[in-house]
Amino acid sequence: MAFGIAKDIFGSGTIEIALDDGATIDCLKAALEDKYSRLKQLSSYMVAVNDEYAQAENRINTQDEIAIIPPVSGG
Amino acid sequence: MVDINITEQPLNMQECINRVMSPDCGGIDVFIGTVRNTTKGKAVVRLEFEAYESMAMKEMEKIAAEMKTKWPVHKILMHHRVGVLQVGEVPVIIAVSAAHRDAAFDACRYAIDALKQRVPIWKKEVFEDGEVWVAAHP
Repeated sequence: MAFGIAKDIFGSGTIEIALDDGATIDCLKAALEDKYSRLKQLSSYMVAVNDEYAQAENRINTQDEIAIIPPVSGG
Repeated sequence: MVDINITEQPLNMQECINRVMSPDCGGIDVFIGTVRNTTKGKAVVRLEFEAYESMAMKEMEKIAAEMKTKWPVHKILMHHRVGVLQVGEVPVIIAVSAAHRDAAFDACRYAIDALKQRVPIWKKEVFEDGEVWVAAHP
């Protein structure tokens, strides 16, 4: 899932991207940036797995809900 | 008591304050965010808020739990509105009650700072001649 400017960059609130088994958050980010280079222009962005902020080395499982979190700006 | 909500409906300031009132509290600290009419000298037409709702609720619950460990606060309310908001409308209300004012002031400040830093909610500023996702680019 994608929100805010990430949704604009992807052109959709949800996308599909192929990853190898045992891929990490860093692998996902690299694959996304390869396909959507505008992601690299953001101040930063995080990845959330199942509603929690994930670390670069965390592995992604098949059933996980993945969200791309561009810089937040609530309030 | 922790009262957290994300809604498309207008926030009711008095009702939010009433919810944290308690006879064992000596004060309530309230932060009310309002939509400003300019950003860097440019007229703002409206704001559009979007939330990753399930995660935003959980992050706000975590913030409330942190507040309770740091300060002796009694009741915490954090309500955020999403959707299209006009100038002067209220996107966020935080209300905290405590026996003494120092805890209420400090915890309320902590809550809004933490919310702005990590709760997955985004705002788009719409100007006459374009629109910008706030904080997206350096």
